[in-house]
Amino acid sequence: MSLEATDLYEKSRERIAKFINAKQSNETIFVRGTTEAINLVAYSLGLNSFCKGDEVLVSLMEHHSNIVPWEIVAKLRGFTIKYAKVNHDGTLDYDDFESKLCSKTRIVCLSQVSNVTGVINDVKRIGKIAHDNGALMLVDGAQSVPHMKVDVQDLNIDFLAFSGHKMLGPTGIGVLYGKKEVLEKMPPFMGGGEMIKEVSINESKEQCSVSWNELPWKFEAGTPNIAGAIGLGEAVKYLEGLGMDNVLSHERDLTKYAVERMKECDKVTIYGPSNLSEKLGIIPFAVDGLSSHDVALFFDNYGIMMRSGFHCAQPLHEFFKLQSSARASFYIYNTQQEMDRFIEILKEIEQL
Amino acid sequence: MATVDDYVARIEGTCGAESDVIVVFKYEKKDEAIANILKKATLKNTLAGIIFELTFKDASFRLYTNGKAIFRGVKNKQELNNLLASLLL
Repeated sequence: MSLEATDLYEKSRERIAKFINAKQSNETIFVRGTTEAINLVAYSLGLNSFCKGDEVLVSLMEHHSNIVPWEIVAKLRGFTIKYAKVNHDGTLDYDDFESKLCSKTRIVCLSQVSNVTGVINDVKRIGKIAHDNGALMLVDGAQSVPHMKVDVQDLNIDFLAFSGHKMLGPTGIGVLYGKKEVLEKMPPFMGGGEMIKEVSINESKEQCSVSWNELPWKFEAGTPNIAGAIGLGEAVKYLEGLGMDNVLSHERDLTKYAVERMKECDKVTIYGPSNLSEKLGIIPFAVDGLSSHDVALFFDNYGIMMRSGFHCAQPLHEFFKLQSSARASFYIYNTQQEMDRFIEILKEIEQL
Repeated sequence: MATVDDYVARIEGTCGAESDVIVVFKYEKKDEAIANILKKATLKNTLAGIIFELTFKDASFRLYTNGKAIFRGVKNKQELNNLLASLLL
């Protein structure tokens, strides 16, 4: 049974590697989620290779999981984090980003899609500039991989992080993609079983010699989340069956319809770009006179779930001078009829 | 003797710059909790009998018929507990 489980686990890895078009499956490491994936890079690379004078470039629209790990390691190693600005419509300020990229930059860390505004960043363009400056490129794909075709070879990025639970998979499982040549130079993030090739103690010399396992197991210490990884593989199989272009198209149609109908609501303000081709199916908004939490609880009363608050992106809210925001987001299971219901309830909220 | 814990399943500070607190009442006690609160608080507004905008002493809050309430501007846990005790017990 254990052999069968291992076989399914490794087949799942192969499927996921193909899904993102990795060159080989050993570039795909199973982790708990996007947060752990970014922490893995921040600790393995940042703690061991970066030092005072080095810079890490992120954007103001990042999720806390793409800010805090870098800030923690920067404090330990003395390197600097630079923050690129965003424009007033929530899109990335490419000029500011490029002006902050320099020969000191060791890694650029950017979301492909913002979890607050749904803005799509041109990570291929940023990645090329990063490489021209000798920096690595890490992409937070938590909000992009579930919703659109992501091809790591076409994007030519060094790392891609994403989570299973945002793409119909189980919680507690995610992936770090890394280019083989980059991963091979990185030391392990955690120690334990599976990630070692050999642990030998020479009693007479009182020395222990340890050698690391090959990729990807070098970064998978301890008993893996076997069921989670297999579940994620099945979710990927399902998404492949639908076709990622169809997933994207469905979400775009819903977003366009919802945004158009939200304009019928006088007290509603939508944040983010007005050009919907620049974003995916996430609509942050506010209702005059109401906190985002009131809005979310109102929808909750009707069985419609939405997120309120900072969405783990406080710097972006501070930039927009927002105390919080309500966020409607869509996926493959949502329908136009549900959008109509959403608007009906939104119109009721306006009466409060 | 009944306590606040008999009625409250969970208290959560909201995520955001506001100092709002969401109180989730225990499912089996939510109707009783709502009835007690509506008896004691002053109704400012209601929407379709689903949401009640209320005031009580210096506090303002919204009560939802699915058993949740959002209290605005509560200074600390003790203040909220005192408020809930006055409203529920």
